[in-house]
Amino acid sequence: MDFDLSEEQRMLKESVDRLVAERYSFEQRKAYGKEAEGWNRGLWKQYADMGLLSVPFEEKYGGFGGGAVETMIVMEAFGRGLVLEPYFATVVLAGGAIRMGGSEEQKKAILPKIADGSLLMAYAYAERQSRYDLADVLATAKKDGAGWVIDGEKTVVIHGDCADKLVVVARVSGGQRDKDGLGLFIVDAKAAGVSRRSYPTQDGVRGADITLKGVKVAAGDVIGEAGKAWPLIECVSHSAIAALASEAVGAMSAMQDITVEYLKTRQQFGVAIGSFQALQHRAVDMLVALEQGRSMAMYGTMMAEDPNAEERAKAMAATKVQIGKSAKYVGQQAIQLHGGIGVTMEYKVGHYFMRTTVMETQFGDTDHHLAALARAGGLVSAAG
Amino acid sequence: MDLRYTDEELAFREEVREFFRTELPEDIRRKMINGQVPVKEEINRWQKILNRKGWAVPGWAPEWGGTGWDAVKLHIFKEAMHLAPAPEPLTYNVNMIGPVLIAFGTEEQKKCFLPGIANLDIWFCQGFSEPGAGSDLASLKTRAVRDGNDYVVNGQKLWTGTAHEADYMFCLVRTDPDVKKQKGITYLLIKMDTPGISVRPVVTLDGVPHTNEVFFDNVRVPVKNRVGEENKGWDYAKYLLGNERIGIARVGLSKSRLNRARERAANVTVDGKPLAENSRFRERLAAIEVELKALEITNMRVIDEVKRSAGNAQDPKASILKIKGSELQQAATEVLVEVSGRDVARSETGFLMGDEPPIGPDWAVTAAHNYFYHRADSIYGGSNEIQHNIIAKAILGL
Ligand SMILES: Cc1cc2nc3c(=O)[nH]c(=O)nc-3n(C[C@H](O)[C@H](O)[C@H](O)COP(=O)(O)OP(=O)(O)OC[C@H]3O[C@@H](n4cnc5c(N)ncnc54)[C@H](O)[C@@H]3O)c2cc1C
Repeated sequence: MDFDLSEEQRMLKESVDRLVAERYSFEQRKAYGKEAEGWNRGLWKQYADMGLLSVPFEEKYGGFGGGAVETMIVMEAFGRGLVLEPYFATVVLAGGAIRMGGSEEQKKAILPKIADGSLLMAYAYAERQSRYDLADVLATAKKDGAGWVIDGEKTVVIHGDCADKLVVVARVSGGQRDKDGLGLFIVDAKAAGVSRRSYPTQDGVRGADITLKGVKVAAGDVIGEAGKAWPLIECVSHSAIAALASEAVGAMSAMQDITVEYLKTRQQFGVAIGSFQALQHRAVDMLVALEQGRSMAMYGTMMAEDPNAEERAKAMAATKVQIGKSAKYVGQQAIQLHGGIGVTMEYKVGHYFMRTTVMETQFGDTDHHLAALARAGGLVSAAG
Repeated sequence: MDLRYTDEELAFREEVREFFRTELPEDIRRKMINGQVPVKEEINRWQKILNRKGWAVPGWAPEWGGTGWDAVKLHIFKEAMHLAPAPEPLTYNVNMIGPVLIAFGTEEQKKCFLPGIANLDIWFCQGFSEPGAGSDLASLKTRAVRDGNDYVVNGQKLWTGTAHEADYMFCLVRTDPDVKKQKGITYLLIKMDTPGISVRPVVTLDGVPHTNEVFFDNVRVPVKNRVGEENKGWDYAKYLLGNERIGIARVGLSKSRLNRARERAANVTVDGKPLAENSRFRERLAAIEVELKALEITNMRVIDEVKRSAGNAQDPKASILKIKGSELQQAATEVLVEVSGRDVARSETGFLMGDEPPIGPDWAVTAAHNYFYHRADSIYGGSNEIQHNIIAKAILGL
């Protein structure tokens, strides 16, 4: 067992931590949020220059050649900074679909553009009725000569408003909730038939509801084999969960630090409120929850690309459950221990809480994953 | 022992429910069902309907418009109101300043203010908390100095709900800085359009300016707007804070939210079946319902004691109601978030506060807004930690 980062990973961590510390104060973030797209293009360029936008891509596609641990490092730092740029949507989700399931041509055409910051992407998978069932897809893809025609509606597509290209999940065959019969399609966001309605989200970024009407997709823009995308869809969601877990750890550790600092400085009844044992113990329980979450984020990171799909699915469900539980506790207590200032937009701690609340609804909530894990037989086996 | 309502109480409940069914304006009911925030005009309109019926201020002394209902009936009324669901009458008016003036105001103040408070022609806000005086309210610093027939007020209040909409503030100010902190506080009624007052909104996590910062720069307040005696303000404030016992648990509000959650869950599909039929979900809901039932009965027990003591007891058991009540109100907002799933991600402040049509399903888009805002339920009015301290000391003798 080895919890140490390699030399390269340590350097990555140092540079991304420094970037967030220097460029993502609460005030700076507020300013980025006011820009047209709700984030900062200059920073995006900087991420590209630092190699962050290509962290999980192979070197031959202009990538950094990292794995899940490198993504963990970036996401944790971004969680601490509540980073607004479309990293998760572009690099982890859509980029992940192409990295893990794309053809040689697709990787060559797309990954370098993600890496250099010139291409933004989003992952359009969820639908109004689908809740957290990744296989519940009504959008259809019908054969049209050599290519395909897509019709359907996708909902709450994070950063779907600014994406240049979308990865769309659509049904080629089968019933509404069949795992068989799904396909992943690369769709130009400006293609005829694509319309987007965008809005701000609770966690300070933007999302879009996207309607696709008779959208034509060339044969070369199908990821993998149309109708056989289920294993890839699962892989994307597992990388997503690992990334979200690390982001949540970053957000939780920030809430912990901010709260402890506040307990030391806020005075009531002539003393620092941190001198009240009731609050000390609560802060300790927050730390326990954070460390439990951190451990499972590490476990999730380790298992995110495990070749054993069954074990991987269980591990990722377990990760999401623990993160959901921990983040809810840490977030609620962080606010409570601040008193009134915790529930205002003017103070940073509430923004972390809003982010982790939205995270709970991304790629399945605690209940969804607890049920999935229970159905799969739980985690602890006779072998330990 | 009989925990059931009497026939008379049941008949009363039916009468009250019928009133809410027929008299609550449909547009307001709709907003409440959706979890939207009622605006000033709506709260105003509803209060005037209640007042015409004679039910605007049921808990007040009958000579000032109270109904003379006992504690059980007041409880029945409040629960029916939450279940309607109707907006709560402006608490600063009905539960706070009104009873204080009835108990401690001069005849002139009562005549001048009480009818307008009941009919909401005069809108009050509560200026107690300050940046440095939250849980430790008695350490407040806003200063008032006597100058002829006026007090001159300087300082700052924080968290003042509806200050930007209010006509008056009831305000605690320091008039004697040289005595024990509770002894030098005076209770003033300050007109909000007096020169020298400025109000800055403080937006809460739901995106709504629920609170404000209020600054006083040489604000002149006539001495006749002092409540009771100079330097006795703390006693009146304590009376006020102990006054809201019957409604504090808000059992009806939590029930109303759980009803909503169940209705909505019928229209959400999980594993091919309605969420409302999902056994895990039902168990979670049932577990909250058990606690809520227990709280309802605890609430009735406290109410019964209030009734027997003719309303004079300052019962520390009210702190149990505040702790459990706020926890269950918050639990119900969490269930609504859970039911609404991914749709909570959209921030729809325009719909929450006004008439903008929602992008997401109207029943889902307010869930996260409300979850965020109601984290404050365990913070204001004496935080739950402070309530624990009260119980430890006053009930357990620790
Ligand atoms: C939405 C909202 C609306 C409000 N509306 C009004 C209003 O209209 N008018 C008004 O006057 N005020 C209002 N308040 C203020 C409210 O009453 C205060 O927020 C509350 O008293 C807590 O004070 P504080 O925020 O300064 O927190 P603090 O007192 O600083 O408390 C911070 C933390 O320390 C804990 N703590 C403090 N002392 C102790 C102790 N002795 N033992 C253990 N723990 C302790 C608290 O429980 C809390 O967790 C409002 C607040 C909110 C959030």
